[in-house]
Amino acid sequence: MTTKATERKQTMTLDGLEVPFSPGETLYEVARRHLAPVPTLCYDPRLEAFGACRLCIVEVQGMKAPVASCTTKALQGMVVSTATPSVEKFRKTLLELVVSENREVEVNPLRGFASQELSTLVNRYGARTGRFQGKHSGKSNKTDLNPFILRDYDLCISCYRCVRVCAEQEGDYAISVMNRGFSTQITTEFNADLRDSACTFCGQCVQTCPTGALADKKALRSADLPGEIEKTRTICPYCGVGCSVDIMTKGDRMVGVQPAMDGPANQGALCIKGQFAFDFVQHNDRLKTPLLRQSDGSFKEIGWEEALEFAAQGFRRSLEKHGRRSVYGIASGRAPHEAAYSMQKFVRAGFGTHYVDNCSRA
Amino acid sequence: MSNPLADMAKPDVIFCIGTNMTECHPVAATGLKKAMARGAKLIVADPRRIKLAELADVYLPIRLGSDVALLLAMAHVIEREGLMDRAFIEQRTEGWEEFQRHLKGFTPRWAAAICEVPAEDIEQAALWYGGGKPSAIYYTLGITEHICGVDNVQSLCNLALMTGNLGVEGAGINPMRGQNNIQGCGDCGAETFVYPGSLPITDAAARDKFAQAYQRPDLDLGEAMTKVTAFLECGKSLHAMLIDGENTVVSDPDRIHCEHALRSLDHLVVIDLFLTETAKLAHLVLPATGWAETDGVVCNTERRVQRLRAAVAPPGVARPDWWIIAQIAQRLDIPGFDYSSAADVFNELCSLSPTYGGLDWERVSSESLSWPVPTKDHPGTPILHVGAFTNGRGKFQILGYRDPAEVIDERFPVWLTTGRRLQSYHTRTQTGRASGMDYLLSEESLEVNPDDLVHWGLRDGDWVSISSRRGSVQMKVRGTVRSPRGTVFTSFSFADVAVNNLTGSGYDPTTHTAELKVCAVRIEPVKT
Repeated sequence: MTTKATERKQTMTLDGLEVPFSPGETLYEVARRHLAPVPTLCYDPRLEAFGACRLCIVEVQGMKAPVASCTTKALQGMVVSTATPSVEKFRKTLLELVVSENREVEVNPLRGFASQELSTLVNRYGARTGRFQGKHSGKSNKTDLNPFILRDYDLCISCYRCVRVCAEQEGDYAISVMNRGFSTQITTEFNADLRDSACTFCGQCVQTCPTGALADKKALRSADLPGEIEKTRTICPYCGVGCSVDIMTKGDRMVGVQPAMDGPANQGALCIKGQFAFDFVQHNDRLKTPLLRQSDGSFKEIGWEEALEFAAQGFRRSLEKHGRRSVYGIASGRAPHEAAYSMQKFVRAGFGTHYVDNCSRA
Repeated sequence: MSNPLADMAKPDVIFCIGTNMTECHPVAATGLKKAMARGAKLIVADPRRIKLAELADVYLPIRLGSDVALLLAMAHVIEREGLMDRAFIEQRTEGWEEFQRHLKGFTPRWAAAICEVPAEDIEQAALWYGGGKPSAIYYTLGITEHICGVDNVQSLCNLALMTGNLGVEGAGINPMRGQNNIQGCGDCGAETFVYPGSLPITDAAARDKFAQAYQRPDLDLGEAMTKVTAFLECGKSLHAMLIDGENTVVSDPDRIHCEHALRSLDHLVVIDLFLTETAKLAHLVLPATGWAETDGVVCNTERRVQRLRAAVAPPGVARPDWWIIAQIAQRLDIPGFDYSSAADVFNELCSLSPTYGGLDWERVSSESLSWPVPTKDHPGTPILHVGAFTNGRGKFQILGYRDPAEVIDERFPVWLTTGRRLQSYHTRTQTGRASGMDYLLSEESLEVNPDDLVHWGLRDGDWVSISSRRGSVQMKVRGTVRSPRGTVFTSFSFADVAVNNLTGSGYDPTTHTAELKVCAVRIEPVKT
């Protein structure tokens, strides 16, 4: 929709440069669009801006105090500085406050998609740890034995990203904030295990957590496996929504799944199946060789050459004995196009019939 | 889907019928929740009080298989109140006058008696759907897995046509596909009625095109055989079968019949990842590479064509499905199977399918487009039917309500419906092997209304025997208000509880889709 307001380009000054913006954009959005490295810990582009961590503060000409850029809308003619010495010093102090409370800062990247955000910023700012010794907020939950989500709240910095993603994106409202100040604790209704809450184990809280306080327990099983984590972009193997995911591997071992934040169908969202039900892939039950049934009903492992010859002979025998209308093919709704296309071509080109179908009728 | 997933956050009014989206398509459901947070109204029609029902502004707990009655009555109210889009009807549809006359008798009071929901709620749903600008319909197998599945879908089309909710952002008729590539399977022509690109097998020009491309001059014109018929023909006219990755013994509507059919074949070859219940019946089982091991292409429910990429090596000597099929074909001297990569296969599909004409391996590897993509410079088609329908005018379908194939009676007094659960997928060949899933769902159970439990002298966790006209199974009962009184639910995911011994009462005459959503059963306690 075009209105007069959007047609007339609005501009502001960002670090000395005149830049355009769309009405409604926040200073943070404008700054990131122009690659100004404004730090933040409570921001997730999929969620409403929250303004909790104060790291994204910027100076606006004419305003007394710095403002949080994530909750301040850009206005025509605004003059904004994103990295003055005083703002940078303020950020460093804030980070030191956060870091002083946490048991550890460097966490295993298998913990979650955003788990490196805190350590990255601490290193960038050289924020000393342990400067503000004293009380700690957040206590790790060691009693929830669910196999998917580690609730290591010692590392929680109360950015509420987990609470907000659960409410705003998932609409599940399974977790919330209990108490305030040093007693702040993210928990469920009645402080119960996740299994006994509205949690669906979609894992979104894990993936948005910037410190690794919430972590992927299944991926962490491979923490001691040697090798770098590599990611391969693909599509989830379950329902028809077609969520984009990154498969995480170490060497030739699949160790976990993370959502693709720019996935066109899911924008970073996943469900329990796509997030956690991946380990059928390298399961011991997988078929490793062709199997030929014996007269006693058991299966014998054979090689490809023998198997393919046996397969072809059976179809040829049927064709010769009963004609081309005696062969049928069933394709899979779970295998890729190349499988489905080959199956229908096998039937149509091989036998001249349309005796092919898939599993969509049942 | 006529509209993209991104549109799910945009409707004014959302009508979900026969879809348990929060469990079966959870990520898509997040879009609806966002629309509702924005103030959109949600209408939910489903026999079970699923989570969507809890979120609904109006919830219609309709009796199993009564969808057509509900939809006719909603159309009646929309017509009576003049909520139609007259310009859309005038410019883009045909058969309106006849349909308008047809609707007169189908009052909400008439439907209320069949659907067993208050007439006022039907009125309200119709007023909201008819008044929404835009209104969107979402459905899943709760609509199609009936003997009247086609009637159900056409009834939804009638609603969208009369209100002009097609070809518009945030509107549409949107079936949610259940498997990662079931849409793609159809796109590739791996179903009996169509060639790749949805070209019908009854079309002589299409026949000639594929007869030539596949060097098969005697290619049949129009003679189809669905899987349902095929299982009836096993051991009669059919003697050899190639099954790729379908655990049909567990997913087929009638297990006893299915097993018997497969056992009567002279030659059954199954390609799969696991030794499934179906593979165990095969003469030969061939190991395929699976997800995370295979390069390929899939198509999602919004017709978006996307790349799969291999990340790890397959186990043992497992090979891609296309390679296995091509190798068998080559040994049968079937021409055109000398592929050397998945890209070769996909590019051949694109060269033959009009809807994929503008795609190729390279393009799908860097872009993600919704078909039709007829040419190389075409940007894809996120919304179907904008401005015009491909086949001319949208036709109103005159149809009436009919009972399911099987209704409850004295011997089988309880309705059974089946479906899926969040934590398990289909026949659990995958989720059953993923660690941790058992922590949340370790066994199947029969969901029964707590009042029914009391009435039937049962307690939570008791074992019961459930019998239909076709067979019986035993399982535990679980009291839950998700089930209305007189209706019970279970999933078909657990092979050890063969729910498909019970189902299979009938099939849609046009599509041969099984009526998995309705079955009359008897429930008796099992002495332990």
